[in-house]
Amino acid sequence: MAEVLVLVEHFEGTPKKVTLELLTLARSLGEPSAVYVGAGYDTAKAALAEYGAQKVYIAADADLDNYIIAPKAEVLAQIVGSASPAAVLIPSSPEGKEIAARLAVKLDSGVVTDAVGVGDGFVCDQSIFGGGYTVKSQVSKGTPIITVRPNSTPPEPAPATPSEEQVSVSLSDAAKKAKVLERVSEKKGGRPELTEAEIVVSGGRGLGAAEHFALIEKFADSLGAAVGASRAATDAGWYPHQNQVGQTGKTVSPQLYIAVGISGAIQHRAGMQTSKTIVAINKDPEAPIFELVDFGVVGDLFEVVPQVTEQIEARKG
Amino acid sequence: MNIVVCVKQVPDTYEEKKLSDADKTLDRESVEGVMNELDEYAVEEALRLKEAHGGEVTILTMGPEKAVETIRKALSMGADSAVHVVDPALHGSDALATSYALAKALGTIEHDLVILGVESTDARMSVIPAMLAERTGAAQLSFARKVEVDGSTVKIERQTDTGYDVVEAQTPAIVSVVEKINEPRYPSFKGIMAAKKKPLTTLTLADAGIEASNVGLSGSGTSVAEFAARPPKQAGTIVKDEGDGGVKLAEFLASQKII
Repeated sequence: MAEVLVLVEHFEGTPKKVTLELLTLARSLGEPSAVYVGAGYDTAKAALAEYGAQKVYIAADADLDNYIIAPKAEVLAQIVGSASPAAVLIPSSPEGKEIAARLAVKLDSGVVTDAVGVGDGFVCDQSIFGGGYTVKSQVSKGTPIITVRPNSTPPEPAPATPSEEQVSVSLSDAAKKAKVLERVSEKKGGRPELTEAEIVVSGGRGLGAAEHFALIEKFADSLGAAVGASRAATDAGWYPHQNQVGQTGKTVSPQLYIAVGISGAIQHRAGMQTSKTIVAINKDPEAPIFELVDFGVVGDLFEVVPQVTEQIEARKG
Repeated sequence: MNIVVCVKQVPDTYEEKKLSDADKTLDRESVEGVMNELDEYAVEEALRLKEAHGGEVTILTMGPEKAVETIRKALSMGADSAVHVVDPALHGSDALATSYALAKALGTIEHDLVILGVESTDARMSVIPAMLAERTGAAQLSFARKVEVDGSTVKIERQTDTGYDVVEAQTPAIVSVVEKINEPRYPSFKGIMAAKKKPLTTLTLADAGIEASNVGLSGSGTSVAEFAARPPKQAGTIVKDEGDGGVKLAEFLASQKII
């Protein structure tokens, strides 16, 4: 079977869930090979084997982490050049999409981003225009480069014993132009990442003030959910911009999306419409968000949210 | 510091976007076109850098005739001149083809920096800035939420999922900006009048040295096989809170085996 490369997205060696999803997906398309770039492979090793990587390419040169995007594209291009894989799968994160972009130019290959499924012949399913259309598209030139959205394939283990190949990298000067001087974390708490989370609880204008996001956080924590925010809330400075869900923010597709105090303007819907189950709490029965919901509560969020949080905590026993 | 701002005209967010049955591309004719919102931040950032460091701001747009409306808006905000790459052969170009054509057009404009929005609100691929950096050899400074220029050194705060990275490069550089970077200005009446007299250069494929075989539907690296409008969602259950809204919601979550 043909080799399918999967770029491992990891945080200090711990593969992100989307990596395990991509390995699972790659198994249905060919023989998955993981490409691990950066330090920390020893931490990642067991998970990559458990999810069926037949081979792992490891590029651990220290310089790789000191520059953004271009080095990873260069490593991938080098491996594609020697291995001639059937396709390259990359997580559809902001970084993943940019790596795919540079790789596409290097290989003069087409690139499909934001796939929610990949089938025979590497035909990709996409959900575009804020979920208004489903599209089947494919790469028609070069090696298919496909970025796949998190939560597209349930990760399933299939233990393997991958062979390992160290990739020696000599970065070009072109790959060393954008130097990272400092990495700053503003992350609060141990919540899951927005685009990877199974459940997202988002707050909007109805919260009225930054301090009321504590209610959303508590509700989210009772469900082990990530916290999102509408544009109204991030514009007002109530919650960080990187948590914004919508057309000019993140697109999420969790199992459950709960919109609290969010009217559901098209700007917001474009970022969450493809969520599997949608719940809304809003005091305005005419709010457009109710057109999308599986379950909606018309009421005061300051009453409903504490009550549901308490109910969930109580059920945990 | 001479700056090119790449600007795209996109369908207004509040209009329904449609794919055409004939060639499976976005129908741009029947909808109101507006400047891609994220590019407004790019124009504003360029104008601020010009105000601080001098130089010229040139708008670069690839798109059909009507995209000139968006070019005029950027000029009325305060950009100095514009280049419009317009040719029927460009219709249907995907990201790979578009980045090729834009890189060719950039070659005709003297510049130190290119600034653009991180993505367009229609395609939302977020790949053009990185592709332009790869094609032109300029440094890639993408997802900037803050830009500082000191001589030929450009430093940005690159927004990440968990915070930000401080990234530095020498010009020439391609800078893509996120929404929170600034507050774009509205064109003044004076600006709107002045825009009508600003130089606007139109480039065809031949003018920009773009090979026709590398653009358009046939020159693209991807193709759309089929598409379907998403069926409307079935109406859900909506309850009015009578003091037990939270309880009912918990019951729903339990029925879905979420809790």
